[in-house]
Amino acid sequence: MIETVIFYVFAIATVVSACAVVTVKNPVHAVLFLVLTFFTSAIIWMTLEAEFLAISLVLVYVGAVMVLFIFVVMMLDINIARMREGFVRYLPLGLAVAFIMLLLMLNVVTSDVFVFDTGVEPVPKAAEYSNTKALGGVLYTDYVFAFEIAAVILLVAIIAAISLTMRKRPQTKYQSPSAQIKVRKSDRLRVVKMPSSEEQ
Amino acid sequence: MTDFLISIWEWLHEYVQYTIYSGVKALIILLPLFIVVAYYTYAERKVIGYMQIRKGPNRVGPKGLFQPFADMFKLMFKEIIIPTNSNRYLFIIAPVITFAPAMAAWAVIPFTDTLVFSDINAGLLYILAMTSVGVYGVIIAGWASNSKYALLGAMRSAAQIVAYEIAMGFALVGVLMVGGSLNLGEIVGKQAGGWGEWFVIPLLPLFFVYLISGVAETNRAPFDVAEGESEIVAGFHVEYSGMTFAVFFLAEYANMILIAMLCSLLFFGGWMSPWPDLLADSIGWLFAKTAFFMLLFLWFRATFPRYRYDQIMRLGWKVLLPVTILWIAVEGVAIYFDVGLFV
Repeated sequence: MIETVIFYVFAIATVVSACAVVTVKNPVHAVLFLVLTFFTSAIIWMTLEAEFLAISLVLVYVGAVMVLFIFVVMMLDINIARMREGFVRYLPLGLAVAFIMLLLMLNVVTSDVFVFDTGVEPVPKAAEYSNTKALGGVLYTDYVFAFEIAAVILLVAIIAAISLTMRKRPQTKYQSPSAQIKVRKSDRLRVVKMPSSEEQ
Repeated sequence: MTDFLISIWEWLHEYVQYTIYSGVKALIILLPLFIVVAYYTYAERKVIGYMQIRKGPNRVGPKGLFQPFADMFKLMFKEIIIPTNSNRYLFIIAPVITFAPAMAAWAVIPFTDTLVFSDINAGLLYILAMTSVGVYGVIIAGWASNSKYALLGAMRSAAQIVAYEIAMGFALVGVLMVGGSLNLGEIVGKQAGGWGEWFVIPLLPLFFVYLISGVAETNRAPFDVAEGESEIVAGFHVEYSGMTFAVFFLAEYANMILIAMLCSLLFFGGWMSPWPDLLADSIGWLFAKTAFFMLLFLWFRATFPRYRYDQIMRLGWKVLLPVTILWIAVEGVAIYFDVGLFV
């Protein structure tokens, strides 16, 4: 009973905040609603006893990815009035995309696997059952190649992103910490002996 | 009278009973935490005072012992000023967003092998998730204030926390490799049998990485660029006054105590006695070890000058992160070949 109540409260919160992501005008508010969407979906996963996935969602998406998102959005100087122009111009394209998405979703929702009556109710696991251990066991034995390939693809993406954005411009000045540490007093300071008062 | 109370209790619904029971349990942890935070601020001023050959607060009460209460009342009765062009709703909610995860993280901290609010299997992961959510309060506060200094502070804090969280996470990966569990109670249980069994010995580099990134995560000196008063006045909380400021303050100190306690739980055997033959294991050991790390936070503040922003980034990405990755590789090999200390 209580699980059902929790599910509906957080499911409604997820749907409302997900709608708010695309409808609110201020981009920073949109990102914050996206954070809320992730958080509430994590709680729904938690009610499914998928605690590892739920906490990783908060840790990775809320704690790291969205921080970078909000970081970028806050730095942008977005002209909201200009963004609202051209609504009618892009409407046909938007409607077309929405229609295709609707067809795809209907295709999923009406399929055989997506039914309310799943027959057997899954049995809750015992308290000492570790979700993390089970997931790790499967990932590093049965699916180890797929897992490693995914890791390599991510690594390639990181290197590509860094090499695309990192360019040495001639006017950029860098500091060399090791050179700064090696500096000695005698390199910078010259003590000059002077008479304390000018004598004529 | 007691029969009457028991009958009321039994009349209540099961869920209401559970809620009241958990609420009381949470208060048993949080109320002492608030008192420790209050006296931690006093200790900070006293300790740094004596380190700088001053006396520190000594006017309110004997030896200034009532100073925290004086500060608290002052902050409670101050006006909360909301800047005109700020985003009102987010401005008010930002301290709450900082405060809530700082308190929520305490739910999985074990004080002894039986005294723990919630003994969940993924405890370590939960702590990491909660401490990483706290940064939103800082970012939202900086943005909603509509002030240049506050925004600069928020930017610095976001970059710093993302950089140090990765090193911190990897240091904890090392702990869970030797501990063989994400449950904090089990991790401490593995360190039973004297100081030679503590994880700090096989994981010494990871301990230093964890301590340094812990100081950076809590925005304390020498990593306090987010609020560096000589550069950007007070950083993200420059526009906050009264209780809204006090809530940020409370969350920061609660996080410092949390990091100190995690250091002692994960690396120094928690409530385990260093000499189990002579002295029994008790909660007192945990508090003593935590108090030492809390003192370190103050000591750092009195000793080190503030890092420059680019130095912080360099330390996080180019020093701490390679150290953790290297040590995890060493650890993996050592565990595979059953090297003494690591099993």
